[in-house]
Amino acid sequence: MTTLQTPAEGSGPRMVGAPPFPHPLVIRPHDERVRIYVWQVPVRVTHWVTFFSILLLVVTGAYIGDPYLLPPDGSIMRAIRFIHMVSAFTFLASGLLRLYWLFVGNRFSRWTAFVPVTASQRRELIKQIGWYLFVRKEAPRVLGHNALAAGTYTAIFVLFLVQTVTGFALAGMHGTEPWATLFGWVPSLMGGVSGMRLIHHLVMWVILAFMIHHVYSALLVDHWERNGLMSSIFSGYKFVTRGEIEEARDGGMEIEELAE
Amino acid sequence: MATVDGSVYHALIARGVSRRSFLKFSAAMAGALMLPAAYGPRIANALSTAKRLPVIWLEGQDCAGNTEAFLRASHPTVAEIILDTLSVDYHETIMAAAGRQAEDARKATMKAFPNGYLVVVEGSIPIAEGGIYCTIGGRTFEDTVKEVCAGAKAVIAVGSCAFDGGLPAAKGGPTGAVGVSQVVPKATVVNMPGCPMNVQNLTAAIVHFLTFGSLPATDSLGRPLFAYGQLIHDQCERRAHFERGEFVTAWGDDASRKGWCLYKMGCKGPETYANCPTARFNDGTSWPVKAGHGCVGCTMPSFWDQMSPFYGRLSTTPGFGSDVTADQVGLGIVATVAGLTALHAGGSYVRHKRDAAAPPPPAEAVEAGTATGGTQA
Ligand code: SF4
Ligand code: SF4
Repeated sequence: MTTLQTPAEGSGPRMVGAPPFPHPLVIRPHDERVRIYVWQVPVRVTHWVTFFSILLLVVTGAYIGDPYLLPPDGSIMRAIRFIHMVSAFTFLASGLLRLYWLFVGNRFSRWTAFVPVTASQRRELIKQIGWYLFVRKEAPRVLGHNALAAGTYTAIFVLFLVQTVTGFALAGMHGTEPWATLFGWVPSLMGGVSGMRLIHHLVMWVILAFMIHHVYSALLVDHWERNGLMSSIFSGYKFVTRGEIEEARDGGMEIEELAE
Repeated sequence: MATVDGSVYHALIARGVSRRSFLKFSAAMAGALMLPAAYGPRIANALSTAKRLPVIWLEGQDCAGNTEAFLRASHPTVAEIILDTLSVDYHETIMAAAGRQAEDARKATMKAFPNGYLVVVEGSIPIAEGGIYCTIGGRTFEDTVKEVCAGAKAVIAVGSCAFDGGLPAAKGGPTGAVGVSQVVPKATVVNMPGCPMNVQNLTAAIVHFLTFGSLPATDSLGRPLFAYGQLIHDQCERRAHFERGEFVTAWGDDASRKGWCLYKMGCKGPETYANCPTARFNDGTSWPVKAGHGCVGCTMPSFWDQMSPFYGRLSTTPGFGSDVTADQVGLGIVATVAGLTALHAGGSYVRHKRDAAAPPPPAEAVEAGTATGGTQA
């Protein structure tokens, strides 16, 4: 949505995403900001569904783990466990959709954006850590997830998986099928049912800690790079300079393709 | 010791049990084994003709609690007589013979009934340092178990110690205590953990053996499903209070007088598989939760370590002290991340100020941006 002055024509502001025609005299400054479409609909939807289901899971899980504050009434525990289960299924559905999108989504949401498969991703990981530790002045240029963030999300996905498996294994303990059959083997891996319950509980705390970090680093990068990162998880768009697009590890494609 | 002549039924009649109560017992056993009622007559029939079963009862590292449960008799019930009239040919605690005489009785039974006797093992088997922590008649218990189980028709491990080492295997135990199935992996071992096991379950398992010629179906830990197939929590009479959010929060409080749920007092009913709420103890009189104390999960693997703290909901986190709760660990994780975040925010502010004070970078952007939309990238 940025504008650009073309001195040769002098015809005023113009959409960058759709130039009227290629013109050798059009000056396209490196620091001109353009709008690129990064997060597709399923990415944004699963992000928010996951967020809200985690919120419900944490609140209801806290009560189940240590029931207090709420006065005894009617069938409060039953109701809360019901909400916990419904949220768990919502969380699972959202996770499955995101899992599918790891294989069919755009370059920013595919699995290759998460697992540091290339050498440049691994170099970027080191650089990004350096930036966070204040030893590097510049953060590496990247349009989607930087390698460090991607690594963190991968770890969080693994924790989500642990929560899902231990959660449904706990449900299966009552003999509820198919969980009893599917996840009956889980407790033995975790030193018994108590160990499994402890892990389910501790991982919740780790996810809460991650949320703090996640919001902070998003604010930080948004502020630092002025690329509209915070709004991108609502709109899907980021605003980056042409220079960034050229330099970014996951950039370098035609702007037209990205601008939508 | 009883001889093996005659049927179980004859022994019962001789002890003054009426046919009516015998049939009632058979029906009750069908119920205990979770069999349809139609199995009652079949059990009665089998018991009427079954020869009494020679039993060798071995004790290792144990407290004789299962023997106590086995012998516990307020009045002669059919179950008790069933157990009584088992030909318990060897049982260190209750046999009259001692020393060489006792060992000879065991050997005689093994010789007289090759592959025909039942072995009940109580107590854990120490295997550290060659098994020297428990020896009987100059032989290690490990040795005896291996020898006796090799010729057994079936082996029943009673109590938590014989199941997986139990208390002697808890953290800090020096004897390398293990359960029966770890020492004789090839034998058919049915585990009846519990501290002690419920004698009703042992009776039912033996009745099953007498009726069907095999021990009952078990779960992956070798525990009979009829007794260990359901969570305590799912059978507990205080469950309604759990669902209503009615919890005891201090011993002796108003809630505990009302018989509310013991969840917050560390009841391990939600992680324990056993039939205590339905089978109960001492002729069906009561069981721990009914008596006002939470379950401590004694039928579960390594219960002493796994289920502690007995009076707390969650286990403590390995690597942290036993007085640090899981929530303290969790809050610590969150506080650490929050603290690091605050520190980083401070650092970022300094960086921001410093960069703002520094001269702006050369405007290379202008000269580089000569590509057109059509040819870019
Ligand atoms: S007392 Fe224990 S077993 Fe009974 S409902 Fe409460 S938590 Fe469950
Ligand atoms: S209630 Fe729990 S601790 Fe008590 S005997 Fe039953 S399983 Fe063991």
